[in-house]
Formats: sequence, structure tokens, C-alpha cells
Amino acid sequence: MADETNPGSPSRRSLIGWGGAGLALGAVAAGGGVAALRTGDDTAPVAESSTAVPFHGAHQAGIATAVQDRLHFASFDVTTEDRAELIQLLKDWTKAAALMAQGHPVGDGAYGGQPEAPPDDTGEALGLKPSRLTLTIGFGPGLFRKGRFGLEDKRPDALVDLPKFPGDNLEATRSGGDLCVQACADDPQVAVHAIRNLARIGFGKIAIRWSQLGFGKTSSTTPDAQTPRNMMGFKDGTRNISGTDPAALDQHVWVSGKDGPDWMTGGSYLVARRIRMHIETWDRASLQEQEDVFGRDKGEGAPVGKAKERDEPFLKAMLPTSHVRLAHPDSNHGIRILRRGYSFTDGTDGLGRLDAGLFFLAYQRDARKGFIPIQQGLARHDALNEYIQHVGSAHFAVPPGVRDKNDWWGRALFS
Amino acid sequence: MRPVRLSVVTAITAVAALTAVTGCAEKSDAKAGAGGAVEVTADDSSCKVSKTEFPAGHVQFDVENKGSKVTEVYLLFPDDRIVAERENIGPGLKQTLTAEVKAGSYELACKPGMKGHGIRQKVTVTGGTAVKRDPKLDAAVAAYRTYAQEQADETLPKAKAFTDAIRKGDLEAAKKAYAPSRLGWERTEPVAESFGDIDPKTDTRVNDLEKGQKWTGWHRLEKALWQDKKIGATEKALATELDTDLTDWQKRVGTAVITPTSMANGAKELLDEVATGKITGEEDRYSHTDLVDFKGNVEGAQKAYELLKPVASVNQPALTKDLDKQFAALNTLLDGYRTDKTSYDFTSYDKVSEADRKKLSDAVNALAEPLSRLAAAVVTK
Repeated sequence: MADETNPGSPSRRSLIGWGGAGLALGAVAAGGGVAALRTGDDTAPVAESSTAVPFHGAHQAGIATAVQDRLHFASFDVTTEDRAELIQLLKDWTKAAALMAQGHPVGDGAYGGQPEAPPDDTGEALGLKPSRLTLTIGFGPGLFRKGRFGLEDKRPDALVDLPKFPGDNLEATRSGGDLCVQACADDPQVAVHAIRNLARIGFGKIAIRWSQLGFGKTSSTTPDAQTPRNMMGFKDGTRNISGTDPAALDQHVWVSGKDGPDWMTGGSYLVARRIRMHIETWDRASLQEQEDVFGRDKGEGAPVGKAKERDEPFLKAMLPTSHVRLAHPDSNHGIRILRRGYSFTDGTDGLGRLDAGLFFLAYQRDARKGFIPIQQGLARHDALNEYIQHVGSAHFAVPPGVRDKNDWWGRALFS
Repeated sequence: MRPVRLSVVTAITAVAALTAVTGCAEKSDAKAGAGGAVEVTADDSSCKVSKTEFPAGHVQFDVENKGSKVTEVYLLFPDDRIVAERENIGPGLKQTLTAEVKAGSYELACKPGMKGHGIRQKVTVTGGTAVKRDPKLDAAVAAYRTYAQEQADETLPKAKAFTDAIRKGDLEAAKKAYAPSRLGWERTEPVAESFGDIDPKTDTRVNDLEKGQKWTGWHRLEKALWQDKKIGATEKALATELDTDLTDWQKRVGTAVITPTSMANGAKELLDEVATGKITGEEDRYSHTDLVDFKGNVEGAQKAYELLKPVASVNQPALTKDLDKQFAALNTLLDGYRTDKTSYDFTSYDKVSEADRKKLSDAVNALAEPLSRLAAAVVTK
């Protein structure tokens, strides 16, 4: 909690600075940011970037894990109508995921098998290190729909359909999904290989609905390391929840036994948003405007009127519409979410503009008390909205970890 | 650590290597082999052979047609692949057929009237080691060979309806006849493509052309009908050229090398065709009849699969169960795009939404993935 500093009564008063109507909305740590290319002064890695992250545990890896450099996130539609087939797929996926997390190929490998048969593994990760690969599964609302897999009574109350936020411009082909897998690794080829092979194992039972590549982690879960910069050039996520702060994780991220349903105990809720940035117009904004919009200076990342990045922000010194002020826990009744977003640049859009922005990923105990209220505030007031647009959205229930070799993704849900 | 699967010897499907020398109409200099020439006496209802067993090596057949119909004589592998053939032996004529033949079992067929299964009998070639074969797979290959031939035979009149309409300058009739004329080709495309010289002339799309290459065939005519909306002298000439090229295909299809493995891979290739050409709407970009081709590809793949199933289902029952399911699912999906299941009148592909195209694409992936494992399932013992 060292990083949390909740100095007594934060907020009520600080909401009335600047003559701003103090709307208690906003986000936890500066959300809605963007991604950053890595710079030379980047993080002191928490672990050797080539090592393996244990796949088994009480919680799924890839949430509190120190954020890796690269992302391939995939959302799937379940195409089979057969519950037993879906269960088998989840077992097969778990097995493959555990192998890949250790740096092993799936099935019988990528070569040496029957010459007439395609190899089980696609082979592009051969010889690469495990690269801290984590694979994290989530279940979308559609999986619980009545008449599908008999899960209608298991849908957590917290797994709500996200409300429409002002300014949303969501594309169906970049939103939703019955299942998701977040693959994070320090090597992009390792992350892509993982999604590609899971998709292949699943053909006929699932189909990829959409997927997103990400680079340049925009949020660190390692507060002692340098905070990464987003695509707008600002440090973002200075006050993110630390992966080594069990108290904060228990309070804000992990579903507790009291929250229900039982199968979610030790799990979390993931909100994914594809946030497109109007890069070219942002780049034409004056330095003053850019810093006002964020509420931090561009060089050091210090909050308005402060000298150092980690100095406690004085919210009243910021514009009421500034991103940091609106997103700060003190503007949000102390709400915090764990962010794991990545920058993306998917080439250009045909109009000569970079198709770039932030692929925002946030984990929380309950989005109704996390992302949703924060985003409601940001969507209405954030000065940043002039430069961003939310174009993709999804919400997933992320089950607890796979305990051991006999356990599998979603076992408690299907038992 | 992974167990390394033993590589399965594929000898069962190996093609007995041989050189088939088709005898020429003129006097052949070839000498009959050690056993002397084999005499074949053909008429309209019989096919007599002087001996049914002869040593491996150079074999000469002296054929005499004593019937009233023009006949053909074939030496065939058990899977109906042609070892050697003589066509157009008129009544009262004698011809010579020669071939280099390895040890094994073969069939000799006379085809009075030059069509049908022919009058057949088994012949045995002795000496050396014969290749071991699985009769179930031989039967599958033979049946597929028949299918490929039938598709080519049935295509010619349909293609002629198409080209006749063009020669008449009847735009509407030509448009109507276009998609049906392609079905047989689409069902057996991998066989047709195995002759490297035919496909570039008949089925090339505009973006496949090399610099300086003349664009001929179906798609060139498709563009004329749907995009340019006119038929000129060039199109009429191209129509006749298409007839010629398709006749060439129909004549040669029986000589294609077909093995159980190539059948299984051909089925997978047909789904590749769908995945890369039809799903995107690139194949029939002017007429938007992609779904007709799509259906043809799936039917051809399914035919090959059904013929191999007796073997595959013993070796890998779970695989064939999945394939049955995925073929059914894809066919059901395709049926949603035609009102009458007996017709090949499918929805125009430009009317199929992106979301629906994705559903088709997902169903193709669901089928093509297990189909890619069919070849191994017919060679596993």
C-alpha cells in the first residue's frame, strides 16, 4: 500500500477546485491512456525477460504478473453447441497453454511426426525462450446465455453488459466475445504463436471474433520501475496497483469468497477497450494544452505544481477536466483498478492516419464499482476525449488460477 | 519430452514407377519382351488375350479390332491408373501398344465404342518384387478416377451450352450458362491442376496473369459478359478456345496420377481454394457466382473423403466422426443460400454480408482443419 497513499480524507474538497462542478467520477489510475514505445531508460526487469512464468497457481498468471512487453489478445465466439465439446476444448487449451508457458511446443511438436500430416505445433516459436509468456482466459456474457451450455444460473451479477458511454463509437467486429485469451510475452512472436495455436486447436468449436496486437506496455505493475509512456508521449499509470501488493490486490482486484459466485473466488473481471487516438491532431496540440489535458508535465511526469512523477498530486491545481484529476482515486471514492494496457499501431487507416492508440485492459473485483463509474466520469468530462475514441469493448469474467496438472480453465464453472 | 512418431512408410500408396510408352500408330521398332508379344483380339463384345501372365520389363501388345465399332485398349493399374493406352482403333485395324511394366497385377481393357468401363480381364506381370497394395484403397482410387472422368465428360456439353451462347452473341443465355459450366471443373480442380498446362488457359483470374500472358478462359469471358456487357469476335474465338482446352482436359484426365494421399490432399486443397478464393469473392468477381464454385469444391472434397472413409474410419474413427459433422455443418450453411436443394442456383455473393461471409469462413476452417489430417489417416496402419 506504499503506493496507495490515501491521505485521510482526500477528495470531497479537492473536487471543488477550479470552480469545477465536482463530479465524483473518474478512473483509478490514469486510465484511457495510450501506449508507448520503449525507450532506453526503460524498466529494470523484474524477472529475466526470457524466463518462464509459472502457469499454475491460485490466480491466473498475466494479471498481477509484472507486465511483459508484448500482447496478443484474442476474443472468440464459441461455435459448438455441445457442452461436452466445449469442456474438452478448455481441457485441451489448458494443456497446450501450460506447455507453451514453459516454452514447449504443443502436441507432438512442430516436426518429426508423420510426413503426411500437418505438424501439431506451427513451429515459429521453436528455439525462442519462454519469454515470460502468460495466457489468461476470460468468459464473456454470451457464454451464460440461456439455452446454450446450461450456465445461465452461473452468470455472476458483476458480469454486466457494459453501459453505453458518451462518445463510444463501438464496432461490432471489435467488441464482445464468448471467450478471451490474453497472451502476454516479452517476445511478440511467442505471444502470436500462442494465440495462433490455441485458435487452431479450437477450429470447429470456436472461431476468432477479433484480436489485437499490442506493444510498449503502458501500465506497469512494478511501481519501483520507470513508468512507461503512452503513444501521446505521457507517462501513464503512475499510480497503478502493484503486482507485489497483496493487500491492494485483495481489496481491488481479486474476487473474494464473499463476493460470489463461488466459481469466481480468486478470479477477477476484465474490461478491454480499444481506444483509438487521433494521433495527428494530438501532435499538433501545444505543449501547454497537452500538459493541461493530462495534468502532468511531459518531461518528468510530475503532477501539476509538483517536481517529481511520484509526488502526490494536488488535484485542485489541475483543470477539472484533466485526465489525471478525473481518473484519480480521490475523485472516485478511492476506486482503483489494475491496468495492463498496451499501445497499438495497426498500420494506417487508408486516410493517411495512423490507426493507433491504447488497447486498454483493466482488472478489477467488480466493474460496477471499478471501470464503469470511472469511465462514466471520464466519458463526460475528460479533456482527452477530443483526441480519443473508444471503438472496441468487451467484458469478461476471469476465473481463478489453474491449481495443478489435473485442473483446467473453468473447471469450477462447469462442475 | 515428446514421443517421436515413427514415420509411416508410404509404400502402400507409392506409385509404381514406370515409363509408359504409348505405342505409335506407325510400326513400332520396339521388340516384344522375353515372352514375345501379347495378342489382343477385340470385337464389339469381347476382348481376348493370348496370355494373362508375362514377365516384367518391355511388353508389347498386338491389338486387332475385329468388331464393327472403333475401340480403345488400355493396360491399367488396379486403381485404374493408365499404364498405357491406344485410342481410335478402327474396325479391321491392327495397332501395337508397348509399355515398360513392373511386376504386379494389372487389368487389360478393351472399350468398344470408346466409352464406359470396358471389357476387362486381370493380367499378372511376374518377376521382381511387386508393390504391396491395399485393395480398399485401390478401390477408392479407381472410383475417384471414374468420378473425375465423369465430371469432365459431363462438363463438356455444359461448357458447350455456354460457348454456343457466346458464339450466338446471346449475352443473357451465356450469363445463365456460365456457373453451371464450371461445376465439374470445380469439383475436381486438383486433378485438372495436376496438368500444369490446362488450368492457366481455362481458369486464370486477371491478377494471376504474367506480363505478356494472354488472358483466356472462363474468367476472361465472365468479365466480358458482366463488366463489359458485350460479346465481340474476340470473345467468340475465346469461347472456341475454351472448348478446345476443356476437351484436352477431358481426354487427359484418365492419365492423372492419383493416389490415396493425393486424393486426401486434393480434398484439403479444394477447401484451400474456398478459403483463399471463394470466401473473399475473388474467384467470380464479375458474376458473383462464387457460391456455386464453393459448393462444387465442397462436393468434390466430400466425394474424395467418402471414398477414403472405409479406410480412414478404421484408422482414426474420431477424425471421420468430426469430418462427417463438419461437412454436414458446412453444407447446411450453404443450403441457406439456395431455395431449392436440387438446384445450383445460389445467392449472388455480393449480397452476402461481411458477417455472413465470416460464418462461412469459420465453417470452412472448422472443416479444413480435420481434413488436413485425412492423408495421414489413410496411410497409418
